[in-house]
Amino acid sequence: MQIAKTLDCKGQCCPEPILNIKAAMGEVKSGDIVEMCATDPGSVNDMASWAKRTGNTIVEQKQEGNVFTFYVKKK
Amino acid sequence: MSEERPKRISIIAVHGTLDMAYPPLILASTAVAMDMEACIFFTFYGLEIIKKGANLQVPPLANPAMPKPIPGLPIGVPNIIGVLPGMTAMATGMMKGWMAKANVMPIDKMLDTCLKTGVRMIGCQMTMDVMGVKKEDLIDGIEIGGAGTYLDYAADADINLSF
Repeated sequence: MQIAKTLDCKGQCCPEPILNIKAAMGEVKSGDIVEMCATDPGSVNDMASWAKRTGNTIVEQKQEGNVFTFYVKKK
Repeated sequence: MSEERPKRISIIAVHGTLDMAYPPLILASTAVAMDMEACIFFTFYGLEIIKKGANLQVPPLANPAMPKPIPGLPIGVPNIIGVLPGMTAMATGMMKGWMAKANVMPIDKMLDTCLKTGVRMIGCQMTMDVMGVKKEDLIDGIEIGGAGTYLDYAADADINLSF
């Protein structure tokens, strides 16, 4: 998977990860993948809702320890 | 009705305390990040949130939900203590400490985010007249309007909230 942009939202709490992933989407092209990692446990549900609403796709996500990583494909 | 219209949220902010300033700003900025349109109508004490150099406080009175000042201690601050001079500053200091520890964005940064991302921010004209607040007392980027302005927006909103 080719990553167009990496976004570190570790340590941030609601709503910052969502605000930042939205901002990051503005910096990449359609079809690009943004890798975002966060430590806010709420970001798991929030990211799913965000993706549903905005039409972007979480192509993969994983958890390592307390770090959640999302791979978001821009619509 | 067009299906393509973005979802829309309207929020009324009525309170001018630190704790009550957060929900409208968080929801409005998140709504925009979720491709919705958002508007906050700041009225009555809510106008305080958008004043230049606002220093919002947390009221220590009549708030049993306030976390205990000393973790593990079974009692919070009794209301009778809350009336003493300096208790508002103390409650505010405690809240700001918790917020900073949890890495929550400060209010001025939240306001900045809302304005930059296109949240429509309306200051209530009538409240301004009543409280003697001038447009230049408010932060830049605030629109001035009344109940009609808000209702015109809210009539086409999918979500309407008041805090």
